[in-house]
Amino acid sequence: MLHIDPVLFLGLVMLTAAGLGVLYSAGDGSLPLLEKQGLRLLLAFTVMLVLAQISPHQLYLWAPWVFAFGLLLLVLVLLAGEIGKGAQRWLDIYVVKFQPSEMMKLATPMMLAWYLSERPLPPEFKSLVISALLVLVPTLLIVRQPDLGTALLVAAAGFFVVFLAGIRWRVLIGSALAVLALVPVFWKFAMHDYQRQRVLTMLNPESDPLGAGYHIIQSKIAIGSGGFYGKGWLNGTQSQLDFLPERSTDFIFAVFGEEFGMMGAIVLLSLYAFIVFRGLYIATHAQDSFSRLLAGSLSLTFFVYLFVNVGMVSGILPVVGVPLPLVSYGGTSMVTLMAGFGMLMSINSHRKLLSR
Amino acid sequence: MRASLVAYRTPVTDHSYHANLFRSRAVFAAIISLGLLIALLVRLGYLQVIENTHFSDLSENNRVRLMALPPNRGLIYDRNGVVLAENQPAFHLELIPEQVDDLDATLADLGKIVRLSEQDIRRFYADLRNHRPFESVSLRSRLNDEEVARLAANRHRFPGMDITARLSRYYPHGKDVVHAVGYVGRITERDMDIIDVGNYRGTNYIGKTGLEKYYEDDLHGIVGQQNVEVNAEGRILRVIDKIPPVPGNDLVLSLDLELQQIADAALGDLAGAVVAIHPQTGEVLVFVSKPTYDPNLFVEGIGQAEYDALSHGDYKPLFNRALYGQYPPGSAIKPFIGLGALDGKAVGEHEDVYCSGYYLLPGDDTERKYRDWKKEGHGHTDMNKAIEESCDVYFYEMSRRMGIDRIHDFLSQFGFGEKSGIDLLGERSGLLPSTAWKERVHRKVWYPGETLIAGIGQGFVLTTPLQLASATSTLANRGIREQPHLVREIRNSQGEYSEIVKPEEKTIKLRNDASWDAVFRAMRDVLHGTWGTARLTGYGLKYKMAGKTGTAQVFGIAQGEEYDKETVAKKLRDHGLFIAFAPYDDPQIAVAVVAENGEHGSAVAPIARKIIDHYLHVDKSVKKASQAGRSESSN
Repeated sequence: MLHIDPVLFLGLVMLTAAGLGVLYSAGDGSLPLLEKQGLRLLLAFTVMLVLAQISPHQLYLWAPWVFAFGLLLLVLVLLAGEIGKGAQRWLDIYVVKFQPSEMMKLATPMMLAWYLSERPLPPEFKSLVISALLVLVPTLLIVRQPDLGTALLVAAAGFFVVFLAGIRWRVLIGSALAVLALVPVFWKFAMHDYQRQRVLTMLNPESDPLGAGYHIIQSKIAIGSGGFYGKGWLNGTQSQLDFLPERSTDFIFAVFGEEFGMMGAIVLLSLYAFIVFRGLYIATHAQDSFSRLLAGSLSLTFFVYLFVNVGMVSGILPVVGVPLPLVSYGGTSMVTLMAGFGMLMSINSHRKLLSR
Repeated sequence: MRASLVAYRTPVTDHSYHANLFRSRAVFAAIISLGLLIALLVRLGYLQVIENTHFSDLSENNRVRLMALPPNRGLIYDRNGVVLAENQPAFHLELIPEQVDDLDATLADLGKIVRLSEQDIRRFYADLRNHRPFESVSLRSRLNDEEVARLAANRHRFPGMDITARLSRYYPHGKDVVHAVGYVGRITERDMDIIDVGNYRGTNYIGKTGLEKYYEDDLHGIVGQQNVEVNAEGRILRVIDKIPPVPGNDLVLSLDLELQQIADAALGDLAGAVVAIHPQTGEVLVFVSKPTYDPNLFVEGIGQAEYDALSHGDYKPLFNRALYGQYPPGSAIKPFIGLGALDGKAVGEHEDVYCSGYYLLPGDDTERKYRDWKKEGHGHTDMNKAIEESCDVYFYEMSRRMGIDRIHDFLSQFGFGEKSGIDLLGERSGLLPSTAWKERVHRKVWYPGETLIAGIGQGFVLTTPLQLASATSTLANRGIREQPHLVREIRNSQGEYSEIVKPEEKTIKLRNDASWDAVFRAMRDVLHGTWGTARLTGYGLKYKMAGKTGTAQVFGIAQGEEYDKETVAKKLRDHGLFIAFAPYDDPQIAVAVVAENGEHGSAVAPIARKIIDHYLHVDKSVKKASQAGRSESSN
């Protein structure tokens, strides 16, 4: 029988359908753009369905290998990566361009869930140190590419596993304070100029209205001018008139906000919340630690995607290059996300089988 | 499958413990997520609801850009419909800075293909600062066909290069009419202070001198505008609405280009001015100042060196002698003094004054001799003979009899000492002295001797060639003084004419109209009499001309100039003046000629004759036009 979670599936279909609609508007009615995205969705749904058929146990068995392979690819990218958009992210494997860092979004939580589920929970100190290493190594490799957005998501995914595994509050707060203390060091040594620039511009976008702040200013105008009811589909002047850069990729939410307004945003965010909460529901009802931790982490990471993207487009977070999940134009992140949902479905549907 | 699941290692001892721990963490995460989601919604609410108006305004400004549609400048025609100022499409070389990698190298390479002056490059860099990177900046204007072809062939080498066609002011007969028509030039910051900047959006040129400046408001037109939808790159996507510009009005001048050219040629190499007026209407037929220059040089901006040459060079071509040149009228003033003396009964028409070659001022103890130009004297001289032969002694006596204030009052009726009111800016008023004037300006009393030399047009008296022509025209018109003007008609874009509104003519009332005839006859004899000072010019005339020669000692504009050794001798020669009108019994044209260093009025009289010859005999259409003008004025 087909392993699938109809509730999650419905939510994803609704979201991706809405995404195609927004993309049609953002791409000035470009059918090739829509076609390409449609093909990607088809691929992504296929990957999701295939993964849903694989039992969590198989995932559990694969976890360390997938992680190791991903790490290897990250190193390869750093050594021989193709320069794309000024950053070494892509690895040209045959005709398909492939981002190993995308893979790490799944491999890292899988690895951590695998590791922690074998240890006593809540995790002991030693487990925490190893977990921290397992998160930091891929994260730093991705930061080096540099791809701050993906690094953030990978780190978040890892962190959520540790958090859901039941890390003690005092340890959590202690490490949080330590990380906070490290921020200035990170700022000074680990960040690229353009990343610092992005943060600075985020703090004061008006300082460079035609340069770095242009994205934020224009997207704020787009969202703000949408009002409560929006300007209507295909009627967003900001987006239709080319004022909004990257409007079919990272800034697509601005197009949505302009055309569908506050009302549309409430509906869209509710849809996302629905998917996230469905994911958390699946996680809490999973029957083993690995499944729980992986499902919980994937669901929360999906939320981080949403929060960071909408936050940056609406000007409360720096522009870090995180797409609006399942809506933004682009292939790799969509496949990764749907693969994640495939795992969730697997966890959910195999649980039923197990409970028999 | 079940077996494999059993093998699934679960070393954790308390399964349900972790399930509960996980549940509490998941709920905590869900609450946090919900909180963050609400934070996002609050942010969106702030942007979309609270600040909606602000962003809507910004968005509206983003989308709709107001673009100016500059009006086409009105054309200028001479009285026969010859175009004197037009708008020609010209090709300009522009660069879009954003698309040029290395500006300096590009400019250097372009300089090998087209002529780029230092000024072009300097202006380019100056303009660069006022443009956004994606806006094209003008580098060279008025490319010739060859340059356009060469640039087009090399276009691939210069990304960001653009050859655009725009309308540019062109003066086909520039040199011939520049002192009347003037020219346009680029709008400077000083211009910006005095114009309605809104109405000049999109316009590069503004009238700088001459009629182009005086009639700027008519010529410019009214700027139009269009609202266009643009993208962030400033490209026009769609025109939303459009208010078309109102083209500037055309000017039809009273000037006759052919006559103008004849006057110009007749003056030859002499510096000076010729002004001819149609007496019954005040229409200016000729308005020449020499040397002249090409106004087309100024349209796109002239180089400093070229400008200095025109401004400070030999005889200063930029100096509008007809309008600004103030010359002592010399003996050309005599008919007016004579008329005043006759009318004021200071002398009878046939009353003799004895001329012994010099004049002694009665009661002057110094016994200073006021000399006549003719050493041996003219003997018994009446009004007719005094004007015909230009006797100085007679006019010393006349001016003594009248006194400076009566001279002032009478002559000012002809417009001496005041601006004629012609439709040009910067006109000088000349100088017609009086005791009050001297008291006011020099804080000194008037000396009787000063009256004598004023009577022969020397001393303080200064006139402009335009004034002289206007006064002659008023004389020819028997005291009806029409304000001289260069523009006959202003024509709007629909082809509707509107006539120039002139102030009402002033009329000089004489006690006895026969005095006009007496002076006219005397002036006729200047050309047609046995001893007339311009009798050589009058020889063989098919019509009767009335005139008066004048000679002015070098003074005025030549004063204080740095003298070039080559020209020093020439520049010390006297200025020759000649005023005339014709035909004598039905005047249709009045002319004033001033030729700097022209030696004597009799030497410049032929210049006036050439103009009048042409006007009265050669060009029938001109005569018709002037008659039409006359009938209009009589309405």
